Amino acid sequence: MTETAGVVGAAGDPAIVTRGLTKRFRRSGGRTAVDDLDLEVPRGAVFGFLGPNGSGKTTTIRMLLGLATPTAGDIRVLGGDMPRAGATVLPRVGALVEGPAFAPFLSGVANLTRFDAADPASSRSTRAERVRVALERVGLGAAATKRTGAYSLGMKQRLGLASALLGPRELLVLDEPTNGLDPQGTREVRALIRSLADDGTTVFLSSHLLSEIEQVCTHVAVMRSGRLITSGTLDELRATGAPRLHVRTPDAQAAASALCRLGMDAERTGADELDAMLGPDIAVEAVTAALVAEGIRVRGIAVTGASLEERFVELTGEGFDVDG
Amino acid sequence: MSTGESVVPIPRHRLLALLGSELLTMFRRWRTIVMLAALALVPVLIAVAVKVTGAGSRGHGPAFLSDITENGLFVIFTALTVSIPLFLPLTVAVVAGDTIAGEASFGTLRYLLIAPVGRVRLLAVKFASSGVFAIAAVLAIVIGGIAAGAALFPIGPVTLLSGDTVGVADAFGRVLLLAGYVAISLLGLCGIGLFISTLTSMPVGAMAATVVLAGVSQVLDQLPQFEVIHRYLPTHLWLGFADLLRNPILFDSYGQNAALQLGYVVIFGALAIGRFTTKDILS
Repeated sequence: MTETAGVVGAAGDPAIVTRGLTKRFRRSGGRTAVDDLDLEVPRGAVFGFLGPNGSGKTTTIRMLLGLATPTAGDIRVLGGDMPRAGATVLPRVGALVEGPAFAPFLSGVANLTRFDAADPASSRSTRAERVRVALERVGLGAAATKRTGAYSLGMKQRLGLASALLGPRELLVLDEPTNGLDPQGTREVRALIRSLADDGTTVFLSSHLLSEIEQVCTHVAVMRSGRLITSGTLDELRATGAPRLHVRTPDAQAAASALCRLGMDAERTGADELDAMLGPDIAVEAVTAALVAEGIRVRGIAVTGASLEERFVELTGEGFDVDG
Repeated sequence: MSTGESVVPIPRHRLLALLGSELLTMFRRWRTIVMLAALALVPVLIAVAVKVTGAGSRGHGPAFLSDITENGLFVIFTALTVSIPLFLPLTVAVVAGDTIAGEASFGTLRYLLIAPVGRVRLLAVKFASSGVFAIAAVLAIVIGGIAAGAALFPIGPVTLLSGDTVGVADAFGRVLLLAGYVAISLLGLCGIGLFISTLTSMPVGAMAATVVLAGVSQVLDQLPQFEVIHRYLPTHLWLGFADLLRNPILFDSYGQNAALQLGYVVIFGALAIGRFTTKDILS
């Protein structure tokens, strides 16, 4: 143990920084689950960690929380080196990792009390009250004394969120927090995340669902096969997507070959409509001029920004399939 | 690279508080209660059987059996002797084998560790709680034995193995000494179970392996070919409590047993720490 391990960084430090973070598993034939990951999560951000199932999100989260040791690379969470500074960092972090988990023979209250008692930094005198408030916050007040073995998946998910909210947290790490929740529950979780973020809590939200990220996050990082493909604010990610060209013309066939000659791959979307990815060096005016010059009757032409979904599919290739 | 032990000194009362929480969890579990009840039934069964059919001739059946009709206190001695080879190690192995693997199979291990409980601290508390269970298991037999013995037979002065006769109070003191001896005997197994429990996330496997080791140790102890290792076997002194039933009491075997068990606790405790503090928690 060094003296620096327990030193807590200034509030200005990013909430999470990883440098060259790598995890190889010896067992599954040396598979690299996380490969040279550089991540930076600013304080106060709602950071979406997006990627298909099996892309290394949960392994990354396990390393952030000190559950798994990196093969290489450095991690700083709330200014402390993980996993060495876990004892001072983790009390300030609430987390939901790979689904909620409880002792099924204990009630919701008993389970939360047990997790809270496991933290040497938590105050015993406020424990019962904090457990009660956390349960109220996720809407589980009524089922608090029921055995968790009898909980539905949605109730377990809520109880998991409650355990992440047992104390005042500077960082919440939520791995697929809406799994198993009905649409109403999903909305409630989203509202909960927003209200936590409004209080200044940094939220690190992993999901394989773009819609979930898109609705609450300020920042996003996209993973694929253990590698970081892109990261930035949501607006930056939208802006980097290739814009789409939309042409309305009765001469669709001729227009398609004209676009092809300009290096664009056109696709018929209707009897008199065409869609194409606008090439990087072509201005839309030039396209219009070229079409008109060939005698194609252009009734309408428009450029739209790429939707985040298209961008995501573009980045992750096969989309939402499970990575091998 | 070690995985995150605390650099902040943890006050001792925090450890006790965690142990309290752990014991509360253990004793609120049906399985624990059922095992203790089953152990308490062992002396009851013996007492009823002796009452109904008589003690049989001296020299047949387990030690002390033939003394029961004259003195109910011998129900306790008989029940402890009968339970030492299998029932006690079995129940202790269930608890000790479950310590870490059980948490892993529930998935609660990851939540305890990010609480953060501290890995060495968790091992210490888990070992202590299985030790408390071992004491509770022995006490269950003692209490069942007192109840059944007093209900069905006269309680009176006890004639010791050395031929002296001691009063009920003295005899009862010896019962408690014996209970302590048996509980200490099980601590080595607690350590072994704890270590095995860090190797897997399947609690049943860890429990079975622990019981099997207790059995193998007893078998080896019976085979003269293995005589050189007999005195190092964790079960070697399990039945070596006869000195407690002599006058004056000789504490040599008590000390030897404690030292042997301590050795197992230290070795397997160190193995458990070595394994668990470097383990990736993927359950």
